[in-house]
Amino acid sequence: MPDESILRIENLRKSFGQTEVIKGVSLTVQPKEVIVIVGPSGTGKSTLLQCINLLTRPTGGRIWLEDQEITAPGTDEDKVRRRIGMVFQEFNLFNHLTALDNVTVGMTKVLGMKPDEARRKSSFELERVGMSEHAGKYPGQLSGGQKQRVGIARALGMDPSIMLFDEPTSALDPELTGEVLAVMQKLAREGMTMLVVSHEMGFAREVSNRIVFMEGGFIVEEGSPREFFNAPKSERTRQFLSMIT
Amino acid sequence: MEELSRSLFTVLQYLVPGLGVTVSVTLIALGIGFTIGTVMAVLRIYGGRILGAVAATYSILVRAVPVVVIIFILFFVISAVVDLSPFLSGAFALGFASGAYQSEIFRGAIMSVPPGQMIAARAIGMSRFKAIRCIVLPQAVRLAIPAWANEFTLVLKDSTLVYVIGVPEIMRRAQWISSRTLEPFMAFGTAAVFYLVFTMLATRLLSIVERRYRIIM
Repeated sequence: MPDESILRIENLRKSFGQTEVIKGVSLTVQPKEVIVIVGPSGTGKSTLLQCINLLTRPTGGRIWLEDQEITAPGTDEDKVRRRIGMVFQEFNLFNHLTALDNVTVGMTKVLGMKPDEARRKSSFELERVGMSEHAGKYPGQLSGGQKQRVGIARALGMDPSIMLFDEPTSALDPELTGEVLAVMQKLAREGMTMLVVSHEMGFAREVSNRIVFMEGGFIVEEGSPREFFNAPKSERTRQFLSMIT
Repeated sequence: MEELSRSLFTVLQYLVPGLGVTVSVTLIALGIGFTIGTVMAVLRIYGGRILGAVAATYSILVRAVPVVVIIFILFFVISAVVDLSPFLSGAFALGFASGAYQSEIFRGAIMSVPPGQMIAARAIGMSRFKAIRCIVLPQAVRLAIPAWANEFTLVLKDSTLVYVIGVPEIMRRAQWISSRTLEPFMAFGTAAVFYLVFTMLATRLLSIVERRYRIIM
């Protein structure tokens, strides 16, 4: 069916052994939308992101990325992941590569770009996240915020259709979250489609188009930031909001 | 004094041509061992149940058998089928043995690469194989250098064992000359000095490599 959406999730389920972590989640992400997923820890938010880029296999339901059903049997998972940028809580930068090469390696080894072309593009991506002057440094020489910005540049370098952020600021010292959130806000303004799992309510309120509240493997409530913060529909959302603010 | 230097000269005349043999046996064995070792380590960790079991069995069996026995097996059994010079069968046998020890070295090194490295490599669209080759192994090899330097010295010393099948390396030659001059101390003492110098050079070289490629944490 003709559909403009970047990502469409239908009745997604995921179990680990006997434990069902995601119990039927449906979500559609439109181009340029910024969606923040909030909720108590252990409610399947990170698992949801891992299912979307097939790092873990969903046990049920279907996912479309643009017009391709990526949960269909025989899908080339590696090709799908190229189109989905992923930013990790623990950064996961490649420790043996410089900041620049962290961004370059995917372009040369996955996309088959020529080294000098990849280097040019990588420099541009590092510029976008304000890390040009640290291009030659190794991850061990960078602060957490700087690492995360390189992590974002690495994902951007693949020109993804959508970016997934898995608690991108949770491993950072409080004074370092700002620089990462600023980069994410800039991306949002530039029109990047983003799905963000985060506890940063300020970011959710200021930057997102939609907030999704997940608990116990379900989406309990979703709405615009204004609806969500000012007029939450469910009792659980109210409880959650009162606990975090 | 003159007596001493004349006898040293005789010993050197015999031993020096063996230096190249010792060095090339050692380097070939290390190269073969490196190849077998990395492949087996990768199979142990990523190869699934069957290939993993094959690799584990190789490692256990080969480490259980004395290197001399492996050398004899390769020389007498295999060379009856394929035409293999003593030099090559000796080097192959040492490499085959070293592969088992190196597989343990690299297995430990691969396991100490944080799992997030693999996940991040997959997330940018690398296949499993490419992620192992481009992200995991380059880090594992760096982490393995200290243990590998130790293996280097062990293989260098194990290379003496190929004298049992007549490969004219340092040890074999030391024995010849000692039985001719009846001065075993001079012959084997000089051989020992050569091994000491080789070991020191190799250790020094590898510590430079280690520093050069250290992962900054």
